[in-house]
Amino acid sequence: MSDVDRRSELARTEGRNPQPSRRRHARVGRLDWAGLQGVLIREIVNFSSYWRGTTFSSTMEPTVYLLAFGFGFGSLVSQVAGYDYVDFVGTGTVATAVLFSSAFPAMFGTFVKATFQHTYDAILAAPVDAEELVTAEALWMAARAGTYGCIPLLVAIAFGLDARPDMLVVPPIAFLAGFGWACFGIMIAGFMKSIDNFNYVVSGVLTPMFLTAGTFFPLSGLPEWAQVLGNFNPLHHCVELVRHASFGWDPGADLLHLLALLVFAFVTWRVAAYAMQRKLVT
Amino acid sequence: MNSISPMPSLTIRLRAVVKHYGDIRAVDGLDLDVPEGTCVGLLGPNGAGKSTTMKMLTAQAIADSGELEVLGYTLPRDSKQSRAEMGVTPQLDNLDTTLTVEQNLLVFTYLYRLPRSERKPAIERALQIANLTDRRDAKVEALSGGMRRRLLIARALVHRPRLLLLDEPTVGLDPQVRQELWALIDALRTEGTSILMSTHYIEEAARLADTVTIMSHGKAVAHGKPNELVVKHAGREVLEVYGPPARLAEVEAGAAAGGLRTRRTGTSVALLGVENRNGDLPAGERRATTLEDVFVLLTGEEVR
Repeated sequence: MSDVDRRSELARTEGRNPQPSRRRHARVGRLDWAGLQGVLIREIVNFSSYWRGTTFSSTMEPTVYLLAFGFGFGSLVSQVAGYDYVDFVGTGTVATAVLFSSAFPAMFGTFVKATFQHTYDAILAAPVDAEELVTAEALWMAARAGTYGCIPLLVAIAFGLDARPDMLVVPPIAFLAGFGWACFGIMIAGFMKSIDNFNYVVSGVLTPMFLTAGTFFPLSGLPEWAQVLGNFNPLHHCVELVRHASFGWDPGADLLHLLALLVFAFVTWRVAAYAMQRKLVT
Repeated sequence: MNSISPMPSLTIRLRAVVKHYGDIRAVDGLDLDVPEGTCVGLLGPNGAGKSTTMKMLTAQAIADSGELEVLGYTLPRDSKQSRAEMGVTPQLDNLDTTLTVEQNLLVFTYLYRLPRSERKPAIERALQIANLTDRRDAKVEALSGGMRRRLLIARALVHRPRLLLLDEPTVGLDPQVRQELWALIDALRTEGTSILMSTHYIEEAARLADTVTIMSHGKAVAHGKPNELVVKHAGREVLEVYGPPARLAEVEAGAAAGGLRTRRTGTSVALLGVENRNGDLPAGERRATTLEDVFVLLTGEEVR
């Protein structure tokens, strides 16, 4: 660029550049709303570019499960644990929808944003801490799980499940379970060095849990050791709560299910924050 | 600059900063100052510790020892506060590629906590800085490399920071685009933004930086105004002697005997500081000493 060009370039840019701000900024705190909001807004704006595909798969999957199991298997067994099999599966697959819309995007999305897209480098260069980043990402996925988690129930209602007012607790339950599973996924992404290692978690942890949550068959038919193990499966607690909201509460047991989900969400949240801090801040 | 506000005179102040990664001392006792309103170039070969230094300034790397102050805040303790008041343009493009130009800026008005009423004007201003006002609705994936770089810089300015960190701002761009970015960076500095710019392009540092800190093996090995550094370390004039390798070795030996410092380039030997020498020198081309001569002299010629 010649000097003349350079001067004219300068003249063109002068006067439109920011005067450095002189104001003292408000104090920033730990885990403050402004920090969470920035990360949430980023997710919401991004969601506007891909929501169609996500909504399609979140609607199709439970519908296919419901049709395949509810009617395929349901033609062999009309009643399970005292319920119509279609209703049994329809309420159970809420937990499946929660898992698919939280744990999986959390694992893969977090790893991609941290390692390949360097999105988190940009966010952490702003006044956002790893803890806020993790919390906001998990809240966002929990909100999605709370929404998409209701779809199987709506599909089941369309196929004849009786709607009850108590079902209004299903979105918050799905939100809570979704928060825990999102934190679980973020935690895995934080600890794993390679995305290939996710196979161990999917095949070794998520698939067995998904199949033994009481979604497709009641755990009461399993050997006792498997029933005991079921108590450590957060999906099982989610399934039970949704089913009881749909068919009638069992207050003592349901409080314990709720407590189990709260503990799951809290523990995975703290571990996820630790794991991502370790990964992102060296 | 108005001098009424109680500003620290240094926007960045590092003293004896050390950072290990395992056995590697990435930063090894670094001192670095960025006076307010100036552009400081952090120059060094790959592996000198520039990127680690940049990461420590945003507390994405935590120093093992030493003092770090940014905008008067002590790091890492008050890093979040300092991050609220500075902007960072990373070396790697991390724009959200499926979003539009405007959406990318919008997200950063939230990340930098702008009040609602300031968001829209901030986006307009950033669009003007990036010269992308008429591409505001374009998806980032449709932009050229130069446009993306400009957006990456403008994104760091939505909150009108007092300090801008530029990590290798023109790496991988063609010369025309590079010059356009230089004009932008120069204009920012003219308007009073303090800038720390890491680069391994010597010409970039020579053109834009008020002062240059040359890093090697994690330390600052020289610091000063580009012209003064050149004269101090390598004199005013260089004699470039070309020839086959044997001849170059001979010239080097002769120069060493005559008390001259030399620098090998790929195809020649450069005799440094020859401005007052005449008759006793071999035949060659005279030229003015450059910052590159100093850089190579101070950071070593071996490729690391």
